Parts: sequence; C-alpha cells; structure tokens
Amino acid sequence: MHVILKNYQNGRHSQPIVKTRTEHIAWRIGGPQGSGIDRIATLFARACALSGQQVSCRREYHSNIIGRHSYCDVSASPGPITCHSESPDMLVTFESESLCRHLNALTTPGYVICSADDGEVDLASLSYLDARLQHDIIEQLTTLGLPATSSGLLEMARQHGVHTFAIPYKALLSRLADELGVARQRVAAAINIMAVAISSSMLGISRGSLERALEKVFPGQQDVLEMNRRALAIACQYAQDSFEPLELQLPEPRGDTAGLLLNASQSVALGKLAAGLGFQSYYPISPASDESVFLEAHNRVPLTNGEESGPLLLQVEDELAAVTMACGAALTGTRSATATSGPGFSLMTEGLGWAGMNEVPLVITLYQRGGPSTGMATRTEQGDLQSAIHGGHGEFPRMVLASGDVEECFYDAAQAFDYAERYQLPVIHLLDKALTSTLQTVPTFEMSRLQIDRGELYRPGHEPASAVPRFALTDSGISPRPLLGQAGGQHWLTGVEHSEYGQVSEDPVMREQMMEKRARKLLQAAQEIPTDEKLRLYGDIDAAFTIISWGSNKGALLDALKRLAHEGISARAVQLRLLWPFPGEELEAILATAGPLVMVECNYSGQMNALVKAQMGRGCDHLVVKYNGRPISGEALYQVLQQIHEGKAEARMVLRNPYE
Amino acid sequence: MATEQSHSAFTAKDFQSQQINDWCAGCGDHGILRGLERALAALGRSPDEVAVFGGIGCSGKTPYYLNSYGVHTLHGRLLPFATGAKLANPDLTVIAVGGDGDGLSIGAGHFVNVGRRNLDLTYILFNNGVYGLTKGQASPTLRQGEQTRSMPQSNIQGHINPIMLALSAGFTWVGRGYAYDVKSLSQLIQQAIEHPGIAYLDVLQPCPVYNDLHDKAWYGERIYSLRAEGHDPVISDSSDEQGSQEKRVQCLLKAQEWDEQIPVGVFLQDLTQPLFLEQITRRQPSYARMPPARIAVADAAGRPLSDLSQLFTELEVS
Ligand SMILES: Cc1ncc(C[n+]2csc(CCOP(=O)(O)OP(=O)(O)O)c2C)c(N)n1
Ligand code: SF4
Ligand SMILES: [Mg+2]
Repeated sequence: MHVILKNYQNGRHSQPIVKTRTEHIAWRIGGPQGSGIDRIATLFARACALSGQQVSCRREYHSNIIGRHSYCDVSASPGPITCHSESPDMLVTFESESLCRHLNALTTPGYVICSADDGEVDLASLSYLDARLQHDIIEQLTTLGLPATSSGLLEMARQHGVHTFAIPYKALLSRLADELGVARQRVAAAINIMAVAISSSMLGISRGSLERALEKVFPGQQDVLEMNRRALAIACQYAQDSFEPLELQLPEPRGDTAGLLLNASQSVALGKLAAGLGFQSYYPISPASDESVFLEAHNRVPLTNGEESGPLLLQVEDELAAVTMACGAALTGTRSATATSGPGFSLMTEGLGWAGMNEVPLVITLYQRGGPSTGMATRTEQGDLQSAIHGGHGEFPRMVLASGDVEECFYDAAQAFDYAERYQLPVIHLLDKALTSTLQTVPTFEMSRLQIDRGELYRPGHEPASAVPRFALTDSGISPRPLLGQAGGQHWLTGVEHSEYGQVSEDPVMREQMMEKRARKLLQAAQEIPTDEKLRLYGDIDAAFTIISWGSNKGALLDALKRLAHEGISARAVQLRLLWPFPGEELEAILATAGPLVMVECNYSGQMNALVKAQMGRGCDHLVVKYNGRPISGEALYQVLQQIHEGKAEARMVLRNPYE
Repeated sequence: MATEQSHSAFTAKDFQSQQINDWCAGCGDHGILRGLERALAALGRSPDEVAVFGGIGCSGKTPYYLNSYGVHTLHGRLLPFATGAKLANPDLTVIAVGGDGDGLSIGAGHFVNVGRRNLDLTYILFNNGVYGLTKGQASPTLRQGEQTRSMPQSNIQGHINPIMLALSAGFTWVGRGYAYDVKSLSQLIQQAIEHPGIAYLDVLQPCPVYNDLHDKAWYGERIYSLRAEGHDPVISDSSDEQGSQEKRVQCLLKAQEWDEQIPVGVFLQDLTQPLFLEQITRRQPSYARMPPARIAVADAAGRPLSDLSQLFTELEVS
C-alpha cells in the first residue's frame, strides 16, 4: 500500500490542501542550477530569522553543475520548526520548468511569483523535464482544454485558487541600471534579490530585516553591496505600490531568534573543531565534501590560552588512502577523521577493519546518499545502516551513531572522538544528504556542555623499551594506549591476529582471548553510555502508539507528533541514536508497552526494522518507508500515522510524491 | 655522501627485534633487513623515533623484525598509513617497506600520488618479480614472456618500470639497491632517509623460491654502480633549466637499462622542489609549533581548548 500526499492524488486537484497550521509559512524557490537559487533561499531564510522566526530550509538538486533543476524550501515559524513542507504556500520562480514541477504542490490558496518577461514557453520544449512529469502535466492541461504552455499552466493554477503575480523584472532591472548609471547586463544578477524582496514584502517581512540579511549573505565589495541594496529598494517599492498585502503573512514573532543559522555539514565541522580534530583526509564526494571544504577553509583555530592550532585537512587520491591515512595519523594520538558517502565508504571497509583489529580511535563521518552504486548522488537515503554496522570482513567492534538534526550533529560529532578514544575503535557518525543540506536555526552551541575524554593512555614505566603490551588483556577489554612516537612507548601493530605485544599469533587460545577482549569493549560501552545518548523519547511517553525512527527523520517525526497531538491522537516517538552497540535493553522496556509499533525509514527494505527484529525478536507492526531520494515530511508522515491509528493501514506503507 | 658513523649511540643490533623470522633461507629480504638495521644505527636514530610501515607480502613482515615502532598495514596501503603518521607527527622518521605487487599493482595509486607530496618519507620497494607470499604469481615488474617457477603459463602482460614511474610521479630521490650487497644497500637506505623529501628506493631482491629467472648469478653478471661510473644525480639550486632537464633524461636512460647491465645507486636527487611540510606551514603557521599529534585538545578538567566564538559569530542569525 502506498500513500501519496492527499493533494497529489490524481493530479493535484482532487482534494485541495487547506492549511491546518497558521503558525508557519512555507516558501519555495525553483530554477536552474548555477543561477544562485541556494543563496537567494539563504537570503530569504536569514531575513525570516532576522524577523524573529525559526527556519528550516531544505535543498534539492541534481548531480549537475549548470542547467538542471534545483529548488529550495524555506519553512518559517515563530516556534520550533523541525521540517520542510512538501506543500509550499508560495512559489518563486523565473522559468517554466519550475512551474511544471511545483505548481501542483502549492497549498490552497497558494501564491506564485513569476516573471512577466518570459513569453510563451511550449512545455514540450523543456528538455530537462522528466518525460513522465511532462506527459502528466500536458495531459492535465489537455483535460482542462488549456494549451500545453507556460500560460496554460498558470491558468490551470488560477482555476484552482492559486494567485499568480507576474513581475516585470526587465523594467525593474532597467530602472536599477539607470539609477546606477551602468549597462543592463551589469545588474542582471540582481533579479534574484528582487524576487526575494518582492515575495518578502508581500509576506510582511520588513525591509530592515532584508537589508541586514543581504549584508550577511552577499558580503562583498561596496559597489556590489550598493547595487544589491538599490535592487532591494526598487523591488520593495514596486511590491508596495502594486499589491495589497497577502492574506498569508509571516507569523508574529515571539521575540528575537537568537542562535546560529547553519547546516549539518557545518555543524559537524564545528563539532570536530570543538573536539580538537587534528587531521582529516578526504576524497571529494557528494554530499560529504562540503564538510571537509568548510574545515579546510576554517583550519586556523584560536585556543582559549591565546595560542592557535587547527586541523590538517588533506585531499587525497582515493578513499582507500583517506581512511588509512587518517588511521596512520590516529596512531600518533591525533584526533583523526575522514568524511565520505556510500561509494567511498564501500572502499573504506578494509581500512575500517584494520582500525577495528588494531583498536584505532578513528572517526568516519558517513553522509548517506541514494545507492546502490553511484545511485542518486545528490538525493537522500538511509540505505547504509546495515553497511555501517556490518561493513567489512570478519568481526570487530565499532560504534555507529546517528544524529537527528543540525543541533545534534555538533554534539555528536564531538562525542564521536571521545567514544573512539575511550573504547579505542572506529566510530561511524551516520548522517545523510537530507541533513547535510538542511539549513536550520539552532541555539548557539555550548562549549561548556563538552567534557572531553581522551581515554586510557599508556604511561611508560620501567620495562624495557620493546615491551609495551599494546593489546594487554584487561577486564574491560581496553588496553592503555601507547602512541606512535611516544618516548618509551614503542610497540607493534598488525592487521594479522596477534598477541598482547602485537606479535603475530595464530595460537587458538590467543585468538579466542583477543576476539573476546575486543568484543568486551562494546559491552563496556553499552554499560557506560547514558540512555539519553542511546535513544530519545518524544511526545506522550505513556502512549502505546509508538513510532521508531532514526537519523534525519527526527524532524518529520516531531512535526507529525505535533499534528497528531493537535488531532487529539496520543503517540510517542523513539529516536534511536546509538545504533551500534544496539541499545536493546533500553528499547526493551519501551517495546513492552507498544502497540501499534511503527518504523519509519528512508529506504526500501526497512533496514532498521530488520535490525530491531534481529536484536529484539520483534519487528514493527507497520513499516513506513520512502525511497524516492527525497526526505520524509511531517505532513506526509502525519497522514500515514493517522491511517495507522484508524486501523486503515497495511503492514508496509510507502510514501510517494511525484512532484518532489 | 653519507658514511657509517661509528660514534652513533646505537648499533645495528639495537634495531633487531626478538620476533621469529620466517623468511626462507637465502631470501633477499634478509639483506634488506640488515641494510635497514645498519642504516638506522648509522643515522643515530633511537628506535622510538622510527616508525616502519609494512605492506602485505613476505616483504611486508619487515616491521616485525625491526626494533622500532612497527606497523604491519594492509596490502597496498602502506604509503597512506605512513603518510598519515608522518603528517601528524613530523618528528618521526617514517619508512615504508613493501613488495612490488603491493606497490605497483594493488597500491599503484598511492605509489604515484605519494610522489606528488614531497614529504620526508622513505619508500623501499622489495622488487622480486613475483608475489612471494601468495606463492609466486607474476608481479608487475616481471617482463612479458617470462615464466618463473610456479607460473602455470608465461606472462602475457607488460611490466612497469618503477624507476621511470617514480621519476614521473615526482619522487625527489630515486635510487636502486641490490639485496645481496648489504653494505652499499645500507648506505643507499641511509641517503634515502636523510633526503629531506620523498625518496623511492627500488631494491632488487632475489626470491630463490619462486623467481628462478633472476637469481644471484643473473644479477651478479649485470649489476654495476652508477657512482663508480661517475653518474651525478643531483639537481640543486645552482642547476639551470637545461642542466636539470639533462639530469632527468639521464635518469630515464639509466632506468631503461636491464637486459645487458643493471645500474644501482642514486638515479636522481632533486633538491629544488618545495618540501611538503613547509608548504603546509605556509598555509597553516601553527603546524610548525603544533603539528596534529601535539594539538592540545582539552585542559585537565576535560574542557575543550578550541575557542570557536569567532566562528559562531560568523554563523549567527543576527
Ligand atoms: C586486498 C588483498 N588482496 C590480496 C591479498 C593477498 N596477498 C597477500 S600478499 C600478496 C602479494 C604479495 O606480493 P608482493 O607485494 O610482491 O610481496 P612479496 O611477497 O613478493 O614480498 C597478495 C596478493 C591480500 N592480502 N589483500
Ligand atoms: S617466498 Fe621468496 S620472497 Fe618470500 S620469503 Fe621466500 S624467498 Fe623470500
Ligand atoms: Mg614481490
């Protein structure tokens, strides 16, 4: 059984969506890649944030540099906003492909800000539009007796209650050029700013907020800033003169939004810097490289004692090198990491096993994307859970943690190093494309919440130099760790099974002792780590209706819970955070009182459901999955949970949306 | 030219470990091990200042037999492991040792790319023409048409010339030694270690068990010393463009000699290339004082030492 968001069934118009929440607006901008869509969305998001809103912004794009379609959603609310919306209230665009892709997604009433200068575009000529979508849209238009053109599309939208506003950008740009006394081409880029300004004005965002956002998003030379400011002024004036304020207005703020506006890759990078990252090797791959590039740009870190330090970032030849180089650095006592995505992680698994065998504290940040193979490089998926937990040959301890939102990413990224050093093993910090491209307002990170633990280090004693038992058999399984280059800490390491002294050993008894020693470290971790780090509960914690999920679905989950509560449906959500060692004991108590039990995942097969089944002997009653490469939204999840609650859902429910 | 220093605090014996050596009798690997022990002793390095990284193969076991930090890595990956350790702790003397299969087939990508970074690292490749540890299949240095003892068919693939490859990859010290001539070999190893940049030392290593084509007699008839012939390998700041060019051409010509006569010694030493660590320091001045392994992460109470307030301001909403 599958669920398509109500308004998308049989084309858009069988059941127009009427907004249930007034406390939030959803704004979307679409256009070709390379045209600056990202930055204008950031400008809008920042202007909202400066107007006292919390924002969550998602970004969808093709694996292409210039020309193919991309879009950004900005959701803003004076209260917590955890998730994007699949049904925007307002669409801003300059071109017909965006109209084809997004008009059907708009709420009712919806608003489109488009260009008056485009002329008539034959929809059949849009070469980047997926054939399936092109066919559907043309069919919808034909049924209504409308031409298969841009104006036909807009007419269809109007017939369904969408308000369309065609802006004479050319004229506005000419005015700008005249004011500045420059040629029209010189100001062409200002069209983006004008579009944001017009839509913002219509939504009641103040010009002051826009101006402040502008300085932050487009810092630059004075003349560029001046051009942008003038563009803003002209556009705001135009909007004021031409349109009545919309019924849809930015909600009243409840005070200033303090905090940071950033995405998950920046948040992870900051967490790593906070934890004292010393070395990160990487091979470029979407969507992981943004983090490494950010780190490389911010590699000079002031210290509280007035000195300066900073991690060494190195772009290397491949992921085989990335993981093994980080391993080599980790052996010296450096906090070391690498960041990658599915294809790279597949290549890293041999190195991962070496780190497991040699008990190396290594952090691997794994940004999942659509797989298998090259899959969908710029789309999201939670398809690497099993690979993160089990990838590689043989059995060795590792830890896998998954963050649920941009804020968690910071603390978890820092925590990962502590786990790695305390238990002397590789730690995989599991994230995904949805999270990394989500820009959110978050409370400023508190360094004081970090309590750094470097684990047990070897202190040279009086034994002869060559006698450091690197792999000493201990009750906890953790052996005091000597560092490469430490005076008197000389030792051997090897991927071959070995003795306490790192000497090759195939003795059956030693083998058992070493396997058991390594395994004990995970038992120790499972015992010591507080429950709150392992899983978190949200909603009505006494409710039987229980939804389990992990990773970036957290945002949709919280949003859906809110909607359910609004409908008087009591439910609780479990966010699994420590995925390995699996928090079975903690989950046990919850499962005992759960029914129906629902698992929500962004993959096809329900990898977490399989894991829960294997670990707990009980799978979920309903598996809700989405695997079209786009993240789950709160509204879609809410609809399916409602059906489950009403007993109208099947065991497997697939979330779909043809207009994402 | 480096010479053996009798005043060193360490002897070759100080670099011998107690681990049981399981190489075949007569294997060239023993000679390379002896060469390494002597070179390290002559350089006066203390065993806990030296880290030796091995690949996988008979050759890769070398770190077990040396008394130093010894890291037995993965097949083909010794170079990135070694690079990571050197970058993180530049005070370490880092040596990478591996087979010709390890470095020229499964790890060829790293062979080439390590040459792009003029890091102070020594790479010694045990060139025996075969995969010793997997029982004698052809390695990438075995010539087309050759068939060693355990190969079921003759080799139909071409060979790689590691000296030429090292030159084109950017190694700034390129040499070749012979495993049965321990004295010259240890001097070459010493020079390779002393070279401030990335050094490649190819060692002709007879494998009496599997490579019956290239044995002691075969090499004995062909090997000659570049130094004795008066070959000057050094490109220095005083070399002009044309002079440097000639040195490289000379290196290429020498690298191609094989069937009739085989040169050993230093093919090229280029002292004009920027050092990798200096490049790092230029873009990250703190590296010189606080390389990754010395970064202070937290105070005694576990409070992080990083001060991110400036970064937080950059990302602030207002
Ligand atoms: C990924 C991987 N593939 C294959 C092997 C098996 N293997 C072990 S040693 C070796 C070849 C060794 O040849 P070489 O590098 O020339 O070293 P030698 O034994 O000749 O010194 C191979 C293929 C392995 N250990 N790892
Ligand atoms: S098989 Fe060859 S290379 Fe390996 S130890 Fe024996 S002689 Fe040496
Ligand atoms: Mg070999």
